[in-house]
Amino acid sequence: MNAALSPVAHWTRKDLVGIEELSREEIECVFTTAEQFKATLGRTVKKLPSLRGRTIVNLFLEPSTRTRVAFEIAASRLSADVITIAGTSSSIVKGETLRDTALNIQALNADMLVLRHSAAGSANYLAKMINIPVINAGDGAHEHPTQALLDAFTLREKFGRDLKGLKVTILGDILFSRVARSNIWCLQKLGAEVTLAGPATLVPPLFARFGVRISHDLKEALHEADAVMLLRIQHERQTSTHFPSLGEYTSMFGLNRLRATWLKPNAIIMHPGPINRGVEIDSELADSGRSVILEQVTNGIAVRMAVLYLCAAAAPAAPNPTFSTAP
Amino acid sequence: MSDTLVIQGGRIIDPANGRDEVADLFVADQKIAGSLTAAQRKNARVVDARGLVVAPGLVDVHVHLREPGQTHKENIETGSWAAAAGGITTMVCMPNTVPACDNAGTIQLINDVIQQKAVVNIHPTGCITIGRAGEKLAPIGSLARAGVKAITDDGTCVQNNEIMRRAVEYAAMFNLVVMDHCQDDHLTDGAVMHEGEWSLRLGLRGWPSAAEDIIVARNVILSAHTGAHIHLQHISSAYSVDVIRRARPRGIKITSEVTPHHLALTDVCLRDYNTNFKMNPPLRAEEDRQALIEGLLDGTIDIIATDHAPHTDYEKDVEFDYAPFGIIGLETSLAVCLEALYHSGRCDLSFLLARMTHKPAAIVRLDKGTLSEGADADICIFDPDERWVPEAANSFSRSRNSPWHGQPLRGRVKHTFVAGHQVFDGEKITSPKAPGQEIRPSGMSKAPFRESR
Repeated sequence: MNAALSPVAHWTRKDLVGIEELSREEIECVFTTAEQFKATLGRTVKKLPSLRGRTIVNLFLEPSTRTRVAFEIAASRLSADVITIAGTSSSIVKGETLRDTALNIQALNADMLVLRHSAAGSANYLAKMINIPVINAGDGAHEHPTQALLDAFTLREKFGRDLKGLKVTILGDILFSRVARSNIWCLQKLGAEVTLAGPATLVPPLFARFGVRISHDLKEALHEADAVMLLRIQHERQTSTHFPSLGEYTSMFGLNRLRATWLKPNAIIMHPGPINRGVEIDSELADSGRSVILEQVTNGIAVRMAVLYLCAAAAPAAPNPTFSTAP
Repeated sequence: MSDTLVIQGGRIIDPANGRDEVADLFVADQKIAGSLTAAQRKNARVVDARGLVVAPGLVDVHVHLREPGQTHKENIETGSWAAAAGGITTMVCMPNTVPACDNAGTIQLINDVIQQKAVVNIHPTGCITIGRAGEKLAPIGSLARAGVKAITDDGTCVQNNEIMRRAVEYAAMFNLVVMDHCQDDHLTDGAVMHEGEWSLRLGLRGWPSAAEDIIVARNVILSAHTGAHIHLQHISSAYSVDVIRRARPRGIKITSEVTPHHLALTDVCLRDYNTNFKMNPPLRAEEDRQALIEGLLDGTIDIIATDHAPHTDYEKDVEFDYAPFGIIGLETSLAVCLEALYHSGRCDLSFLLARMTHKPAAIVRLDKGTLSEGADADICIFDPDERWVPEAANSFSRSRNSPWHGQPLRGRVKHTFVAGHQVFDGEKITSPKAPGQEIRPSGMSKAPFRESR
């Protein structure tokens, strides 16, 4: 990797807000870059100089473990300076708006902003507002682009670089899931066939407009799948009752040892985390050889390094007008 | 004093009287005159209206003027300026002020401010329930005595069917129309946009059409059983149009309105999370938009009303979920309706103007919206074909939450007269009620609305 951040073919975006607007070439470009970074993860000295001197601010206004830490590690590995602001420790609790918070972060000479927010569209909103790159680390039920990229990256490692014809079933709370939406776009752009499964209230039929198949019959949804992605039931986004109880959800749609036998022998089990053991997945299945859940987490570092690197390279030379030396 | 006017050579369109002809229109002593005496004619001011349409001043029965209590968004004076600039000479303002208009004193306060400040006719409405809480009837008789033209809990919907039933029965005694904002609250909990493909795509909480349809049906049933007049505010869904269409031949006293934005825009507009497309009821799908136009054309929907809903830029310039619902509409209402209905070939000018003049006036029992001899000389003169671009910096409203700022429109108001007084001359407010010739909202910069969105 060139420390001077040479522009990369196929990537011209300063922001990564969603997968929906990306081309297949752009997605492949992230993978190619991530593969090179992944090769460095095993080294004793893990740091690369690529983003030396740059400051990345992680603004996390919703709880997160994996995504936040993966972004912090990814930025550190690229030698950037990293500052993480959590919602409860920011001036947002004093009534400062997201707009003003972002403008202040830009004025504080940050070079990139990574945003996690409970409101859909908030990354789109900031990307238009500020000049520095904005990376969406999850906005409400809209998109979680780096999660979908690391999921597809993991699938490529397991099934080969061409995902054409691969059958992926996404099971669970689709309606409130940004991970599902990003994966629907990403997997289909890469040629995979996507089935959405779960209770009718959480998998409304209108999703079929996006080109996916919908099933409320778990056996049918699982038996042809090469991979099943489980999603957590998002209690925090449900204001009304979309299903009777977690217990009933588990009894109808939880992945257990019996239901796992419906899968093809080489099918893998994925989960973006956090997992709720005994709810959407049996504990032993989560720890079984079919589960790639922790590999997904590790790949999250390489994919996020790639995204930070590509967006930094595509950003204008002096993104922050306050600090421009121009007359 | 009122001018004596000869409005010369315009195309007079007076839908209430079936009139559409090129002729001179006369005004004397604040009224429309059949002719002028030689002496009057000698001193008359001549307004050249050649090539323009001369119509009754527009009537808008659904506006939010935010006074008292939220005058950082709008006030009665600035709202009246915006109305004048939009050719609207009579409007009915909603009671969701702070405090709410659930008592005669607040109505008196509003009427006092209207007397002192407004450059157009404004009539307040009262609440159906105390504090618009939907629990206990407001003093509807006292509100009627204080002069309200309707009662409504607009912005909220009375959820309790028993209270709604008693409200319409009671209000009918005073010949008061009950206006209802049709929304089942349980179905819209947390919702911010129309439930459909776009809400799924954007990850925003969906607002199902059923939330409106159910209350529309409820109101049809209550009107049928009580004989009372219920007016359905800002209908947005195709299914609701169908429910109303089936009720009309049965003689049920249901009327309804549609907004310019629901006639012109759909949920696709929200693709960039622009909060100037966030409203209640939400912009719906193209099928709904077409059904609303069909409903207006076949008489199912009676009238057009703006639901002018001012909010400041700092209130709107936030994450989509947190932005308040609503857009301003007074200054662009005519042009947007001309684009959506007339220039698109769906109806003629007389048909459209009827739905913006005498028909809305009739719903609130106002003798307005005509150019009949002896009628108040409230006149809107416009060029139906002039192309223009509304700009935030030129807006007379105190707020700038309009999706049409910067967007080209066709059809522009050139003169507005209220009781024979010119209040707008195509560029500025010219009312004698206003100090100086040109009026601007005080303390408001001409800087454009933040461009970041």
